[in-house]
Amino acid sequence: MTGNRFSAILLRAYLVLFFLYLFVPLAIMGAATFNDSRFPTVMPWQGTTLKWFDALWADGQMWNALGITVVIGLLVVLISVPIGLAAALLLGSLHARARSFLYALMISPLLTPGVIIGISTLVFWRRFDVPGGIGLSVLAQSSYIAAYVMLMVTARLQRFDRSLEEAALDLGASHIQTFRRITLPYLRPALIAAAFIAFLQSFENYNTTLFVRGIRQTLTIYIATKVRTGVTPAVNALGLVLIAVTVVGAAVYEILRRRQLRVDAARASRAAEMEAQMQAGGIPTRTAADELGAGAVPVALMGATGAPEGR
Amino acid sequence: MAELSRRLGGPIAALAVAAVAIWLVLLVALPDLLMIDYSLRPNLPPSEIGGPQDVHSLANYAVLWSNKIHLGIFFRTIWASSLVTVITLVVCYPVAFYLAKVAKPSNAALLVLLLIIPFWINEILRTFAWYIVLAYNGPLNRVLTGLGIMARPIRWYGTAGVMVGMVYAYILFMVFPLTNAMESLDRNQIDAARDLGASRWRIHRRIVIPHAKPGIATGCVMTFMLAAGSYAVPSLLGSPSSRWFTEIIYNWFFEGGNWNLGAAYAFLLLLLCIVFIAVMMRLFRVSLADIAR
Repeated sequence: MTGNRFSAILLRAYLVLFFLYLFVPLAIMGAATFNDSRFPTVMPWQGTTLKWFDALWADGQMWNALGITVVIGLLVVLISVPIGLAAALLLGSLHARARSFLYALMISPLLTPGVIIGISTLVFWRRFDVPGGIGLSVLAQSSYIAAYVMLMVTARLQRFDRSLEEAALDLGASHIQTFRRITLPYLRPALIAAAFIAFLQSFENYNTTLFVRGIRQTLTIYIATKVRTGVTPAVNALGLVLIAVTVVGAAVYEILRRRQLRVDAARASRAAEMEAQMQAGGIPTRTAADELGAGAVPVALMGATGAPEGR
Repeated sequence: MAELSRRLGGPIAALAVAAVAIWLVLLVALPDLLMIDYSLRPNLPPSEIGGPQDVHSLANYAVLWSNKIHLGIFFRTIWASSLVTVITLVVCYPVAFYLAKVAKPSNAALLVLLLIIPFWINEILRTFAWYIVLAYNGPLNRVLTGLGIMARPIRWYGTAGVMVGMVYAYILFMVFPLTNAMESLDRNQIDAARDLGASRWRIHRRIVIPHAKPGIATGCVMTFMLAAGSYAVPSLLGSPSSRWFTEIIYNWFFEGGNWNLGAAYAFLLLLLCIVFIAVMMRLFRVSLADIAR
């Protein structure tokens, strides 16, 4: 028993150390923003200042890089979300062998190093005299980000009750109506979450963009260039702002995702209850028309899990 | 396919197939194939492309073989990435075990959230944080010399810096697969083994680790691939003596101006990752679907 207690304490101590290891570097980076020193550091502390935020605000290069990053991110969302959705629908309608082959092909970009994706895109488009720039960055990033979208949509599609589609078709809805009124609303939470993750992935990308950017500077490229050519705490200020934005974004995302999970769980238990009642007392079978009429398909945010993953 | 058009109707099915075809052919398969083709051709001035000189050969690959410096960097990248993978596994295993089997569920959810937060921040910034910590006059050296642990500061930038930065950057890719795999392990198995007198070490070796195999394989594949393919970490935390293979590739493209050689080197890096994945799948008897979820 004492041995047990001892090892439990040991494990807990290890966890504390682990989380310190995770957060102390970030805290140091953030703190260095406020140090009145030319090089970003926390020791020695040469006085507290906010001037590096001003320096960042006045940096035209940074604003330019931010603009390019946002444009690329939005274009990546526009391309990768429809492709990922199409891929998930296609996978959902295939049989075992074709499915596993296509699945392997689709996830292969996730197992390819980011630099390779950048290089192959650059080399390929050179054949058509397309140089590096915003366009190629969007194509290179979309080629693997679409796979994340596919995985997130597939996760939600697996819990989809196909009979809803069948019923709508039986009741005379056209394919396009069924898709717009049944399938798409059901997938909406996953699609919004996927768009969010796709944008974040694009925003964070460094290794792939490095090769296909041409002369364009995205925010990550800007940071890396600064670090190597004369870094000032203005970069820390940028880091701190990005951390603040992403932490708030992450919190909102998690809250919405958990709310959606609760909504889904509640729906599932309601459905189970109805089924039980039906078997017990002959309540008329629930039809897709009821679902359609009631607009019962939840349209709240966020579906599949999607931990951010960088490359 | 018939199933798809029965479900979605002709027009939507056709659109879906077209979108997937564009993705897989134009954005994934053809670029990779063309990169391989490129790597087999000589670097020629534009006027001679397609001419009699423009024939396939393995000459670009022979360059790596005969360039002892590049070859050395290639093998050092493999070795260092493997080491990063092993260290990350060792660092993350206890955390994953705690999250999956020891912590109360509500507690674990909070810890997972804490774990995710640093990873919403991009790799460059995470690496930049270590750039500050590991600076010659930086906090780590000052604390260590101040406490008398070291007589004088160390130059961390270089192999040590790269390893530290990479382990830090890829923790999440190891913790999550491990935790997922361990979560499905029935606690009763651990309790039963303990009641029967198994030591802690034996419980892990005979019960937890075998059960977590798919997670271990996934985490190792992701970590190795990210480490071997990283440009961000070695370029910020490395030194001239710790050059990474990706840096050589980058130089062929943007400084040496020889894209064909760069493509050959890049393909070797890709091949390395494929071989690593295949070996791990064989070793741990898992399928591709287990690895990428």
